[in-house]
Amino acid sequence: MKKLVEFPMKPNHRTRQHLWVAAKELGFEFYERTQTSISLYEFDLSGKKVERSYELLNILEFSSSRKRMSVIVRNEEGKLLLLCKGADSVMFERLAKNGQEFAEQTKEHIEEYADAGLRTLVLAYREIDEEEYVKFNEEFTEAKNVVSADREEMIEEVAEKIERELILLGATAVEDKLQNGVPECIDKLAQAGIKIWVLTGDKMETAINIGFACSLLRQGMKQVVINSETPENKALEKSGDKTAAAAAYKASVIQQIAEGKQLLASSNENSEALALIVDGKSLTYALEDDVKDSFLELAIGCGSVICCRSSPKQKALVTRLVKTKTGSTTLAIGDGANDVGMLQEADIGVGISGVEGMQAVMSSDIAIAQFRYLERLLLLHGHWCYRRISSMICYFFYKNIAFGFTIFFFEIYASFSGQAVYNDWFLSLYNVFFTSLPVIALGVFDQDVSSRLCLKFPLLYQEGIQNVLFSWLRIVAWAFNGVLSATIIFFFCIRAMQHQAFRKGGEVAGLEVLGATMYTCVVWVVNCQMALSITYFTYIQHLFIWGGIILWYIFLMAYGAMDPNISTTAYKVFIEACAPAGSYWLLTLLVLVTSLLPYFAYSAIKFRFFPMYHEMIQWIRSDGQSDDPVYCQMVRQRSLRHTTVGYTARFEAKSRSSKEGGEGHR
Amino acid sequence: MSETNSDRQRRGDRESAFYLFTQQRLPACKPVLTPPWVITIYFLVGFIFVPVGLFTLRASHSVVEIEERYDIECVPSQFRNDKVSYIQDDSVPKNCSLLFKVDKYMKAPIYIYYQLENYYQNHRRYVRSRSDQQLLHGRNFHGTSYCQPLESSNNRPIVPCGLIAWSLFNDTFTFIRGKALLKVNRTNIAWKSDRDHKFGKNVYPFNFQNGTWIGGGKLNPRIPLSNQEDLIVWMRISALPSFRKLYGRIEEDLDVGDYVVVQLMNDYNTYSFGGKKKLVLSTSNWLGGKNDFLGLAYVFVGSSSLTVAIVFMLLHLRSQR
Repeated sequence: MKKLVEFPMKPNHRTRQHLWVAAKELGFEFYERTQTSISLYEFDLSGKKVERSYELLNILEFSSSRKRMSVIVRNEEGKLLLLCKGADSVMFERLAKNGQEFAEQTKEHIEEYADAGLRTLVLAYREIDEEEYVKFNEEFTEAKNVVSADREEMIEEVAEKIERELILLGATAVEDKLQNGVPECIDKLAQAGIKIWVLTGDKMETAINIGFACSLLRQGMKQVVINSETPENKALEKSGDKTAAAAAYKASVIQQIAEGKQLLASSNENSEALALIVDGKSLTYALEDDVKDSFLELAIGCGSVICCRSSPKQKALVTRLVKTKTGSTTLAIGDGANDVGMLQEADIGVGISGVEGMQAVMSSDIAIAQFRYLERLLLLHGHWCYRRISSMICYFFYKNIAFGFTIFFFEIYASFSGQAVYNDWFLSLYNVFFTSLPVIALGVFDQDVSSRLCLKFPLLYQEGIQNVLFSWLRIVAWAFNGVLSATIIFFFCIRAMQHQAFRKGGEVAGLEVLGATMYTCVVWVVNCQMALSITYFTYIQHLFIWGGIILWYIFLMAYGAMDPNISTTAYKVFIEACAPAGSYWLLTLLVLVTSLLPYFAYSAIKFRFFPMYHEMIQWIRSDGQSDDPVYCQMVRQRSLRHTTVGYTARFEAKSRSSKEGGEGHR
Repeated sequence: MSETNSDRQRRGDRESAFYLFTQQRLPACKPVLTPPWVITIYFLVGFIFVPVGLFTLRASHSVVEIEERYDIECVPSQFRNDKVSYIQDDSVPKNCSLLFKVDKYMKAPIYIYYQLENYYQNHRRYVRSRSDQQLLHGRNFHGTSYCQPLESSNNRPIVPCGLIAWSLFNDTFTFIRGKALLKVNRTNIAWKSDRDHKFGKNVYPFNFQNGTWIGGGKLNPRIPLSNQEDLIVWMRISALPSFRKLYGRIEEDLDVGDYVVVQLMNDYNTYSFGGKKKLVLSTSNWLGGKNDFLGLAYVFVGSSSLTVAIVFMLLHLRSQR
């Protein structure tokens, strides 16, 4: 495929780039632009290729309220031309009476294009005479030099005066193909129980088409359309009575919302999903304070919502409405500068970096390169992060409670005087050396379900939404586990190392021996508890967990070998006292196993009889049946809500309806 | 199409350790707690722990221990109501006599312990009331502030300073079997590391137990601290309020039916705080002294593990998916 020469203007809007390529294919190549002139290769009337340049006099910029842009150029013969392109709704209003020769045909063409889901533009032009231009230029420059709040309005007014009586040239259509993988991604997200709304600036027809393309809309879905552009309302607006027109629009919007809600209530019985499609103009009224609550009610009840012709501000307002009123977490994803408001308003803003420039990326929390990566971002990394963070926090509390309670229990036997049972350095280095690395391994590397299976079972994502891994019950249960471990460690140690000798040589266990023994038990128990609660062991986990334990022994020996000034009570405690004593090792083993048996029993029972969703998937995988479609379907069916969007839902609906149809025929 | 060089390189990159690490695709083993594994592990624990427990229990039962409390007995009847003034009165003779009957054969060496109860050697203020540097270097070392108020008396430093040394246990025992005196070995009763590295060879007791309050035993000022084994044993802090400390070793066997008479000097004051004093004779083996707990705990954990394994297996088989 030929590589495109770079578009000679920056920033390049995607539509402009496509138009440039199309013009080039037809022989009209725009190759250079300076501050004041534009140069092209054109065909003249005899068919020869010539170079022409046009003097660029003014640019009347695009704005979302004007919905058009124009340039005023002077061609080589000195003629002044106003060239205008914009949305059909505004362009057709500005045509001259005798410039509408092809208006009907063009309108037909535009309908066809919109049906096919293409982006349409209408082109028109006018010749301007010198006087008019001079006057315009004066006013325009004046307006541009004004430094006040109504600068935009003044410019618009001036532009308005010259952009009229245009002669229609025709319409263009640009295919806005969906990116790779978008329908699959939307399907997966819908299966994960995520509600998907589309907020776009495109026309209603384009937006509906795209909705069908990515299966947000289905043939069987009833569509609730809120479009207040009825002929009566339009006439009212044309008549100039702004307030009456606004009131009429608002009334029709409210009425349509009420109708929609009735439809919603009645269709709940047959569980057919509804789709809500809202026009941008109606959205302005629907978002007003007295209407927005009922609008939101209607929107939440529908399976999918498409807001078309929405301005950036409306996108942000809709996002804010959903976020604050429903209290759910919202994620906004967009790729253009017009999505910036929405990205910043949502809880999470995801920007897609690409052809439309980097504004979206710069104002987003997370940037990805293609829309379909959202699937991996949410279903895979989202799930993993949730599991990692919740496990890590619970485990951290557990290990410190287990440690701290042994110290506390000792105070019962030291008349609460505050004497620590462990050496000072043992206390300080607990969280730093001996138990820190496994926590890092858990928080950074843990994978409860492999990446392939995470994407295969999107419902796993619901674990995060329903907060099953970090509920208060779980936190308290881990804390209780810590207390239980500490109790077992402490009381076993002091009962086993009481006043009698603990070694062959008849030596008794003093405070330092008891401290070293108990600390050893704590380090073993806490690290092995980590090994019990994860199901993913790479060399990193092995290194950190067993390494932490070995590090403790090495530390004991090294610290004990230092001068008694430094090591005080730990001087040679391991080498001389503990290591040769059989009871020391036996006690460590006993305490380790006894402390972990309760958790082991609980975990085994839960896994066998009350498995959570990710545990079911682990079981499938270990059984080797993760590719068995029937089995997987059975696991998936344990979901609570059935999806109404996405092509999976489409197939299900089709199969359901064909089954019913088949039964009817019998 | 054959692989180009760049494809090959890309594939090589994809298998490099760094790539696998950053893409979180490290080779991993993913054990899952399926019922067969759980049952196996429980049975394993049971089958290992029960024999170990029985073995340990046997070791503990093979240790012979004789224990006698003497602090009440040794107070003459007229002082039974006011034991504190009895112990503090130097004019009252403190010798006392105990009779030990040997029921089982005790093989040498037999360890002699004195056991104190309700004695909180692990109290924080007590534990810190010593100066390890002074024990090593003698009276020229001046950083002994932790020893307060037993740092100096009559403007002269106390060596060894502090509460721990001051409260040195000073009951003495002699052992007589039949007519003969049993030889008690009172050397090598402290930890070697303490003798060699924590108590100085050139440090002698100085100005010790010279004040108005006597806390315990006196020290011979001509013997260096590294040879004062009683002191060294006493200064090794015990963990719990009820503890034993090694007094000495009897290097002879004691046969069944032997009677050992203990002549002791009941000098140490445990009456002010309701403490108890006991004398213990014990043999030892690889496990140490007599304590059934380790053995019993192993047996208990092992058997409950077996029970859980059986119950779990039955439940699992009964409700097959």
